[in-house]
Amino acid sequence: MSKRAFVRFCFVPLAVLVVAFFALPMARLVLVGASGDQGLRAYAAILLDPRYRATLINTVSLAEATTIASLVVATISGLFLQRHRFPGHSLLVAMLTFPLAFPGVVVGFMIILLAGRQGLLGDVTLHLFGTKEVFAYSLQGLFLGYLYFSIPRVILTIMAAVEKLDPSLEEAARTLGASPWRVVRDVILPALAPALIASGAIAFATAMGAFGTAFTLATDVAVLPMLIYTEFTLSANIALAAALSVGLGLVTWAILALARSYGGTSIAAAG
Amino acid sequence: MRDRVIFAAQLLFTMLVAAFLIVPAALSMLAGITLNYFRGIQSGLTLQWVVQVWELYSDTIFRSLVIALATLGVTLVVGIPAAYALHLRSDRFSRAIEEIITLPLAIPGLALALALLLTYGGFSDFRRSWLFILAGHAVFTLPFMVRSVLAVFGAIDVKTLDEGAASLGASPWRRFRDVIVPNAAPGILAGSLMVVTLSLGEFNLTWMLHTPLTKTLPVGLADSYASMRLEVASAYTLVFFVMIIPLLVAMQIFAGYRRGPTVLPR
Amino acid sequence: MSPEGSGNSNAHGVAVYVENCAKTFADGTHGLGPVMLDVARGETVVLLGPSGCGKTTLLRIIAGLETPDAGGRVLFNKIDVTRVPIERRNVGMVFQSYALFPNMNVAENIGYGLKIRSVNGAERGRRVAELVALTGIEGLEHRRVDQLSGGQRQRVALARAVAVRPSVLLLDEPLTALDAALRERLRGELDRLLRTLGITTVYVTHDQSEAMALGDRIVVMRKGAIAQIGTPREIYFAPASRFVAEFVGAANIVEATYTGESLLLPGGKLAAADAPNAIPNGRVFVMIRPESIRVVSPDGAGLCGQVETVSFVGDRQRAAIGGIAGKPIMVDVPNSIALKLGDRVGLAVDPSAVRLLPGDRV
Repeated sequence: MSKRAFVRFCFVPLAVLVVAFFALPMARLVLVGASGDQGLRAYAAILLDPRYRATLINTVSLAEATTIASLVVATISGLFLQRHRFPGHSLLVAMLTFPLAFPGVVVGFMIILLAGRQGLLGDVTLHLFGTKEVFAYSLQGLFLGYLYFSIPRVILTIMAAVEKLDPSLEEAARTLGASPWRVVRDVILPALAPALIASGAIAFATAMGAFGTAFTLATDVAVLPMLIYTEFTLSANIALAAALSVGLGLVTWAILALARSYGGTSIAAAG
Repeated sequence: MRDRVIFAAQLLFTMLVAAFLIVPAALSMLAGITLNYFRGIQSGLTLQWVVQVWELYSDTIFRSLVIALATLGVTLVVGIPAAYALHLRSDRFSRAIEEIITLPLAIPGLALALALLLTYGGFSDFRRSWLFILAGHAVFTLPFMVRSVLAVFGAIDVKTLDEGAASLGASPWRRFRDVIVPNAAPGILAGSLMVVTLSLGEFNLTWMLHTPLTKTLPVGLADSYASMRLEVASAYTLVFFVMIIPLLVAMQIFAGYRRGPTVLPR
Repeated sequence: MSPEGSGNSNAHGVAVYVENCAKTFADGTHGLGPVMLDVARGETVVLLGPSGCGKTTLLRIIAGLETPDAGGRVLFNKIDVTRVPIERRNVGMVFQSYALFPNMNVAENIGYGLKIRSVNGAERGRRVAELVALTGIEGLEHRRVDQLSGGQRQRVALARAVAVRPSVLLLDEPLTALDAALRERLRGELDRLLRTLGITTVYVTHDQSEAMALGDRIVVMRKGAIAQIGTPREIYFAPASRFVAEFVGAANIVEATYTGESLLLPGGKLAAADAPNAIPNGRVFVMIRPESIRVVSPDGAGLCGQVETVSFVGDRQRAAIGGIAGKPIMVDVPNSIALKLGDRVGLAVDPSAVRLLPGDRV
């Protein structure tokens, strides 16, 4: 067969998979989202209806807080790890990136072990202060969970970016008299800005769409994915669930497109 | 002197963060083999929880493995030729196709699962089999395989090798088989590790798509966290770790074409 | 230097005829204007030109890796192969980056074309051994590609291309990736090899000394068009245009007035030899190579000027003599003649070395 025919043939399995199990279902989802009794207005419900808006605000705030916190942590630790070598360095890096593959449910369980009713922190505070602190099932616990799965990923990206920094720029700043803090503020952070934006966007998008963690922690804090879940399975409000999912999907996709324009395609998309 | 203080402070901070991440994991692994979590290690070590996990959940472990391997098979058959075709074309069309392939990553698993349920819920045989879950996993892991193979194609000047083989008389299929695929092996390997790891740990999609008869390991984990005692849940998590860790290590070793694994938990 | 013409009794392969082939790329750039080329069986033709002149495009059209724009045809022994893809044209191609397969060792690389043609293992082994001996890479058969040096890779690429007994051998700047010393050495080996094989060969390079050494005929190209086709001597001594003159060697190009018998320059007079395509009574451009000019005593010399610069090149001196024409004239001076800046000298030029360039094609 000719070269062009062969290339076209190479696309066939892809076409089958993507059309059958992605394109068609997504189209269906969009249509169903508009098929409820609110029709197309269901798509605006996420902003208009106060219940859903509250959930949206919750989700966005949580994602924002997670992003900022993990960026700060990752920058401090990422810079430190990339710039210093000492015995135990690789072990430390391994420990920080190990949770990369944990599904959200496992992360939830980790938080329970840390701060749940039988959690470690509870025991420690019981010893020290006499009261057992249990916050796994509250907003703080959720935040901690989100932090747990964001930090490894952001650290990895930041470390890769730090490796590409040009040390002569920092040296130049130091010869001009800049203190270490000023070097960080005026030279390093601006140079890292694209990587920070890109990985921040990914962390944000992931946090927006995270489900497993919230599910396991079973908080009464409403986040969007949990809302979609309950609308679908408990209230059988299919059209609304569909509309909300499409909305969430659009927001996530937009944020990731932003990330790609800053960081290139070398950074993985969210999931 | 100031440098030493800064160094120590950063080291301490980093160690605290590492501890935050590792301690619960270590705790859970320990809890899985402790007789009684409340009383701690003093109560003795035992494998009884692990055995119990096996009795209760061995089907989920097998099913997850089968699905992961099947997902790998699908992504290899779909992804390698697609990456080849995309690389050769390298035009606006192929960039658009890459965007489309990567879309499932941008959409929360929940949405994708809903979409699949709405479309195929009616085909009850399909919907009730593990193939339904396979479909979701394949769509979700495909971009990683395609990107991994594309990366290695970029690194080895596949176009010239292809022309070289063509000048010697090889048909397009022969070129693909003798020259293209063997030289893409590192990317294929890296992609495969990623796909298997992702599939084993996938929850968001699978939770929506599963039925009581098609539970996977993460689904079982969620079950156990909700209903089982801590030791059993921990033992189950321990089993998951034991399966995942070798894959993660292998991925770190093969981090040639991309900056480390870029897996996303849910 | 290669023998004149393609008087090669050891001729193999096909005759290649390129008719009216042009190439416009997908983004609109015009890579090759309509060109015509006739390569005799067993002849080695070198496509020579600066980068971007279209020589590689032309080679790829002959190979079958690019299709010419509508109206262009490629014929092998009078058979139209324009629509035939490369894998069925039975060409042997050596790429600039060699394109050796990393997943195969040297012997497997060389034998790949034979494997495609279903030649059995024993026969393949024999042929591979033959080529290994021919290209001088004994002992490397089991090495992997990344264990080879640049020169070794080049030889493996050549052996692989030749193994299938191609109808045409196509080489895309095969020596460009090597360092200068290696290039010189391999050029000689390549020349010997091509003579031995006798296959119709099209060779692309931007290096004029390579072209002179290897080509039976040279096709000088510029901006997608052919500037001149000729034997190396024709190209060198009788360039058709200023571009060709300057591309294939150092050249003095000066403006003069042609009086029908001689050429008038600011610094004197030159006797002109028979120049069939000279335009009388006009201003013409004259080309003289530095090595064709002798420095003589200024008294009685046809051209007089003074020394502006002198540099010692090793085996000779290169002097710039001003006052004769608009620009200083570059002259090769033997080391035996001592020159100082400002010396007044005369120049003598053999009339047959004076070449008038066609005015409209300067």
